[in-house]
Amino acid sequence: MSGVFRLAGRGRIDPSRPVAFRFDGRLIRGYAGDTVASALLAEGRHLMGRSFKYHRPRGPVSAGSDEPNALIGVGEGGRYTPNLRATQVEIHDGLVAVSQNRAPSLRFDIGALNTLAAPLLPAGFYYKTFMWPRGFWDKVYEPLIRRAAGLGRAPEAPDPDHYALHYAHCDVLVAGGGPAGLAAALAAGRMGARVILCDENAEFGGSLLADAYSRIDGLTAMDWVARMVAELERLPNVQLLTRCSAFHYGPHNMVALNQRLTDHLAMPPADMPRERIWQVRAREVVLAAGALERALVFEGNDRPGIMLASAARTYLHRYGVACGRKAVVVTADDAAYRVALDLAEAGVKIAAIADLRPVPGGTLVEAARARGIRILPATTIQRAHGHLRVTGAELAPVGEGGAVGKGRAVACDLVLMSGGFTPSLHLHSQARGALRFDDALGVYLPGEAIERVRSAGACRGVFALDAVLRDGVAAGLAAAGGENGPEWRVTRQDAPGTGGFAGALPRRGPGHLALAFVDFQNDVTAKDVKLAVREGFRSIEHVKRYTTTGMATDQGKGSNVNALAIVSNVLGRRPEEIGLTTYRPPYTPVTFGAFAGHARGDQFDPLRLPPMDGWARARGAVFEDVGQWRRARYFPRAGEDMAAAVARECRAVRSAAGIFDASTLGKIEVAGPDAAEFMNRFYVNAWTKLGVGKCRYGLVCRDSGFVYDDGVVGRIAADRFHVTTTTGGAAGVLNMMEDYLQTEWADLDVWLTSVTEQWAVIALQGPRAREILAPLVDGLDISAASMPHMTLREGSIGGVPMRLFRVSFTGELGYEINVPSGQARAVWDRVWQAGAACGLTPYGTEAMHVLRAEKGYLIVGQETDGTMTPGDVGCGWAVSKVKPDFIGKRALALPAMNAPDRLQMVGVLTDDPLSMLEEGMQLVAAAHIPAPTSAEGHVTSSYFSPALGRSIALAMVKGGRGRMGTGLYAPCLDGPPLKVTLVDPVFYDPEGARLNG
Amino acid sequence: MLLIDCPYCGPRAEIEFAYGGEAHIVRPAADVSEAEWEAFLYLRDNTKGVLAERWRHSHGCGRFFNALRDTRTDRFLAFYEIGTPRPETGEAA
Ligand SMILES: [Zn+2]
Repeated sequence: MSGVFRLAGRGRIDPSRPVAFRFDGRLIRGYAGDTVASALLAEGRHLMGRSFKYHRPRGPVSAGSDEPNALIGVGEGGRYTPNLRATQVEIHDGLVAVSQNRAPSLRFDIGALNTLAAPLLPAGFYYKTFMWPRGFWDKVYEPLIRRAAGLGRAPEAPDPDHYALHYAHCDVLVAGGGPAGLAAALAAGRMGARVILCDENAEFGGSLLADAYSRIDGLTAMDWVARMVAELERLPNVQLLTRCSAFHYGPHNMVALNQRLTDHLAMPPADMPRERIWQVRAREVVLAAGALERALVFEGNDRPGIMLASAARTYLHRYGVACGRKAVVVTADDAAYRVALDLAEAGVKIAAIADLRPVPGGTLVEAARARGIRILPATTIQRAHGHLRVTGAELAPVGEGGAVGKGRAVACDLVLMSGGFTPSLHLHSQARGALRFDDALGVYLPGEAIERVRSAGACRGVFALDAVLRDGVAAGLAAAGGENGPEWRVTRQDAPGTGGFAGALPRRGPGHLALAFVDFQNDVTAKDVKLAVREGFRSIEHVKRYTTTGMATDQGKGSNVNALAIVSNVLGRRPEEIGLTTYRPPYTPVTFGAFAGHARGDQFDPLRLPPMDGWARARGAVFEDVGQWRRARYFPRAGEDMAAAVARECRAVRSAAGIFDASTLGKIEVAGPDAAEFMNRFYVNAWTKLGVGKCRYGLVCRDSGFVYDDGVVGRIAADRFHVTTTTGGAAGVLNMMEDYLQTEWADLDVWLTSVTEQWAVIALQGPRAREILAPLVDGLDISAASMPHMTLREGSIGGVPMRLFRVSFTGELGYEINVPSGQARAVWDRVWQAGAACGLTPYGTEAMHVLRAEKGYLIVGQETDGTMTPGDVGCGWAVSKVKPDFIGKRALALPAMNAPDRLQMVGVLTDDPLSMLEEGMQLVAAAHIPAPTSAEGHVTSSYFSPALGRSIALAMVKGGRGRMGTGLYAPCLDGPPLKVTLVDPVFYDPEGARLNG
Repeated sequence: MLLIDCPYCGPRAEIEFAYGGEAHIVRPAADVSEAEWEAFLYLRDNTKGVLAERWRHSHGCGRFFNALRDTRTDRFLAFYEIGTPRPETGEAA
């Protein structure tokens, strides 16, 4: 077998299937079933990455998803994914992986000089140092920090894979497929409940994957797991998901799972999604998340070759890898003795077991002693020696009262540490369940739950295998509502560990602990945490933010309890008085692609196309996005830029006629016996006297008195109004109408129907519009006398039903031809052909804006910003003085809403007619005022007006209507301020002669 | 994601609904004092506990309705129609 540290006949890898992959360019051989970490360890290699802040050489500390150190980049091009845990990445032929955060190479890294500066880089260093001088931030500090910060690099090409999203419902979701989860799933599954069992690993088993000792019903642990999985697979009501992490627990038992489908495959099927997010709504949830071993905090505890004891056991039994030749075990817990026994049996020399406890005892300790392993009670580790790999451990006695004696070095190439086990509370905590501190175990356990959730097994402090199985069955039965569940006989097992340790290990003398790491991933040391407390941070949440401990992507899995204990010791308060920081999703990192799912590119947002979109595309229109709508912005002819095209389109409308697709206008039909009363209450305008066949400009306010939307309303019949809204406001106006109708005015008999998509709108505008349209409308008299401005007629156009509005948003004689959307293109083509001889020209949204600005017509959302009254924007005339009530009436009577210095809409002309203002520019009182100053107003719309041959602008100015003819200044970023004069906002045809033509 | 029991359609996912703010805010007549109008517009209880609130099944039946929700736990205690009084739950508001 390849790999000098590979042990033949051990592990769950497949020796008949060799696999070759590359790590930092070098070819590495492993076997099917290996991870990148196990394959590298099989070659005797622990060094796999450099740390975040100090660029310290690092190797894997764990064998699972809690890994903080061995973070690697995997894949190439668009498939490159940074920061994956080498302990989870399954190898396949052709896999390409690289180490991160090193330059030029992993073995020699310049950034490691940061370590020498570690005493100078304490907690809060950035906050303290980079505050001053202010000017240094942009030029010196930020570029330096940006270059140094962050792990890995982002992929540089678009992600070629696709990702799926799947909604599922079940009776019982079991998160975690170790012994407790398997027992719970089977107990619930046998009851007939719809069960989903998920596990983040490639196969089920959890802790049993690394357990060669226990026997269940006479079977080895993994044979029992195989039997369990086989039975679960036979149950049609049970769904089994491996490589699937439950990473988010949302309200009402909505749990998100992330399933990895192709990353472990050398040749994934082309149509298979790379990952799938499951949104599972579960009636009941069983959390069987297990427990994670805690690291010990001592000087140099991050050297490659120092790892959790349980991790070494996993590499031995799951991957057939010995993590070293000579190990020192440092523990405060019995479980590490089992690891020592297993390793010794596999041929690894155990140099010593240093036990922090004064009198370790029990069957495991006796078994180790019987095997001749040297046990050093009341002994701690002072520091680890070595650089790229640990070379020795300095062990020292701990006397009465915690005094540490003189240490002595023990040579080794592997240090295994165990501070005991921390139950994984992340999902319970995400579900807002309470936590309670257990004095006997010295850890937090799940407390009272809010959701329909229960924990089972090690994640709630139950560690003995027989008890774990019973606990799992009980949870499964309770979740599924059953009483009789499966039973198994555990014929051999270790007694659950006793003891445990949290915090920084005791030291001889005034050690500074500058390189005793609490949070490996964020390079937070015990000294940092102590410093934070000394500097006055008392809340664990503040200590977390100040030091960044627990804020890395491992979510503090290995560090939170040690950080808590250090704070607890410094403050002299019990851990439960300090509390834990809030666990936040995701439990493990999830790729952005999985979150995006299919919502990318064209699928990101629905695209709404008006009926004449195809016509406009065929004409070479340039488009713009308006909300979800794609609208034609202008129709350039050969050689024209936007300014030239827009000017030509504007001139055509003013001199002949233009045609415009206005179908995106929001449309709502208001019908019913009380329709007029509803309109009276909803709009600021009065509607009772509006005759059938007449139109009126309508303005909607909120009850705050501020303008919300506007649009022309036509009265189709006594009991029926055709309401138009702004393009962007359609949904909001309908929702607001429904709100008042359903919740305030239940006395009204009115029906509201959105007809935006049903009616297409062809705007025909210009002095020759009537001449073009008259022959087309079937038997309808549209003469000026018969159909004046602001009227509407129902009829047909070439046999197509039509609501014809004589309205104008250009200031010209104009019509808006409403026809059913499905027949709109045919009508458009007829109008287009009929207009050819009259100079009919298509125009887009840009010309529409210019034309309306020349007339001083406001656009809600451009001139208004949610704090403008109708009076502010020159529409006070629209507000009824006689209606007893309407939305906004009371607020509009407030003194502040009528203050003389409110912003009011005005026209603005630059003194130089060719100078252009920019929308958003501030207007100030004098050319040179030292900043900061307050503005007199701001520019809301600015265009070049072809009709006037000069620039024009609209602005909101304090008391603007009383300041006509006076001057202001618009400061520019790149030049002297522009002098402007305030004028009436109607720049063109103020008498409205053209409109009424 | 909340599971919301529309009184007209039954239980649906929160994504189908739009939130409508605190319920039982009475819109005063147009002749009330400035202070009363300001209170109507802007003053809300910001309850920590059982809150009566409005929802609209905007991507379903379109109806507004009221719900009692414990803001500490997101647990719903009741769903009821607009215009009907707040149900008694035995829990303090
Ligand atoms: Zn509904």
